[in-house]
Amino acid sequence: MTILHIVLRSLRQHALSTGITAASIALAGGLVLAVWTVKDQARAAFTQMQSGFDAVLGARGAQLQLTLNAIFHLEASPGNLAWIDYLQIKTNPAVAVALPISVGDNYQGWRLVGTLTNFFTEVEYAHGRKYRVAQGGPFLAGHMEAVVGSFAARKLGLKVGDTFHPYHGLIFDEKQQHAETYVVTGILEPSNTPADRVIWIPLEGIQNMKGHDAKAAADISAVLVKLRAAAAGRQLDLLYNKQGTRLTFAWPVAAVMAQLFDKIAWFDRVLELVAVLVALVATGSVLASIYNSMNERRRDIAILRALGAPARTIFCSVVLESAAIALIGMTVAFVVYAGVVAGVAAVMRAQTGVVLEPLAWHPVLVLAPVAMIGFSALAGVVPAVKAYRTPVADNLVPMS
Amino acid sequence: MSLLEINGLKKSFVTPDGAPHLVVDVPAFSLEARSQLALRGESGSGKTTLLNLISGILAPDAGSIRLNGADMAALGERERDRLRATSIGYIFQTFNLLQGWSALENVLLGMTFGHGADPGFAESLLRRVALGEKLRHRPPQLSTGQQQRVAVARALANRPKLVLADEPTGNLDAANARDALQLIRDICHESGAALLLVSHDRDVLAQFEQVAELATLNRAA
Repeated sequence: MTILHIVLRSLRQHALSTGITAASIALAGGLVLAVWTVKDQARAAFTQMQSGFDAVLGARGAQLQLTLNAIFHLEASPGNLAWIDYLQIKTNPAVAVALPISVGDNYQGWRLVGTLTNFFTEVEYAHGRKYRVAQGGPFLAGHMEAVVGSFAARKLGLKVGDTFHPYHGLIFDEKQQHAETYVVTGILEPSNTPADRVIWIPLEGIQNMKGHDAKAAADISAVLVKLRAAAAGRQLDLLYNKQGTRLTFAWPVAAVMAQLFDKIAWFDRVLELVAVLVALVATGSVLASIYNSMNERRRDIAILRALGAPARTIFCSVVLESAAIALIGMTVAFVVYAGVVAGVAAVMRAQTGVVLEPLAWHPVLVLAPVAMIGFSALAGVVPAVKAYRTPVADNLVPMS
Repeated sequence: MSLLEINGLKKSFVTPDGAPHLVVDVPAFSLEARSQLALRGESGSGKTTLLNLISGILAPDAGSIRLNGADMAALGERERDRLRATSIGYIFQTFNLLQGWSALENVLLGMTFGHGADPGFAESLLRRVALGEKLRHRPPQLSTGQQQRVAVARALANRPKLVLADEPTGNLDAANARDALQLIRDICHESGAALLLVSHDRDVLAQFEQVAELATLNRAA
């Protein structure tokens, strides 16, 4: 028989209001956890994602657009560059790997990217890990063959040996079907990078697709660059961005992507503010729930006091009950959080190929429960004071 | 020295029109240890207020209430709570059991704030009042007479020196009232606790060897 016992009995006695209040805490807590982890994980995923490349060379334009187009396979290409530009950067001593890509076609909305076969042999997207063909084999240069990213293959239901007709443009339009027939020769092993949601074909495939501008047949959309040393990027940055006027060298990729998140940082602040306000309203509901039930609790409090319970014990039990409701709510909040993050992760992976880790550590996973329980306990002080002041004799009716 | 000694005890309440209304004015009263006394008093005679003063639930305006030598009137609220928890058992007319708690838990509550919970003793008390098979039943699952017996067991749970009973059989039919009263008297006798009972019921008062008039004792009645 302790204060804890009194609290547990009270929670059981007021099970409905306890459940409703805990549910509001769970939803608010889940929202807070999800907002902080998703925004930070999304930033980390986009800025620290290992694609195997440090920089992108492309037509003159915004570095962010170039990076989104070439690395993340989002956005339109800012323009083409000549084959000679690829040859020049490929032979630069600072460059370890240079991989030309061409874009401009899709299959049912999934982007086709033309490249060279050394994509499968030279590029390491993570230390010691290359883009490996898990089923079948790589395409042959100059052939109408395709290797499908694992996520795209699953969504499209494509398997080795299947054929398809590409569609012109980056957005699916069934009237824009090309006549060429491509054969799936392989399915990429999942890499948890944007490469998973791309259909890879030989570079010549995009360049020579019927209906494309013949004059631009030798052009490419961008060159993905892996540097021998990170510092070498400064030299190329100077060469292309400061001294040159024709091309753009997006480097380093992480910093370029950070610009995107810096631009939408205000939106993060708004989300945080909304989440905090919702959390405060939820903790306020603890106050309202217990305060509104004080009338029906008076008799029980008076009985406890008549049995010798000190007023401070009653005070502490009400504060502890508020904290306990928040504890229950925050326990359920982790289920809400897991559901929200899993949903967001699925959408993000489908849309960008970037993978979130719902189980990854984040300080908010501790700070939010501590804060919610603390604020709820604080909110419980108001009804606790009322309980503390409950006149015992008046509530031990009847008087005679 | 008597177990309970009251001297010059006064208590007033403020009426809605702001005037003080004297409810209790007891010049002197004493009760010996292990004795059993019934006070006869009609409704509104200040019976409950007197018991609340003796138990320390209310603080007096003047006078002293010495329980086993300790002056309840001179103690702060916390000390009065402690003294009540360790030395006094209280049986209410409406039983005042916690509805969400089992019979055993209600009895355990009677000892928690005093000498600490003793589940074995609580169970033995409930067996003594013939509720050994109803330990886990909550008050709504018990008859009125059974609820009264839980209240009796709870009042004895802290091994009190004094048991106060305020119209303890007021909610029972005649047969149950007679049984309940005998049980209260027996169990107080067995445990060595003094019993101070207030009632206006002639049948109840008839069972006591010592009966006093509250109107004589309390000049404000």
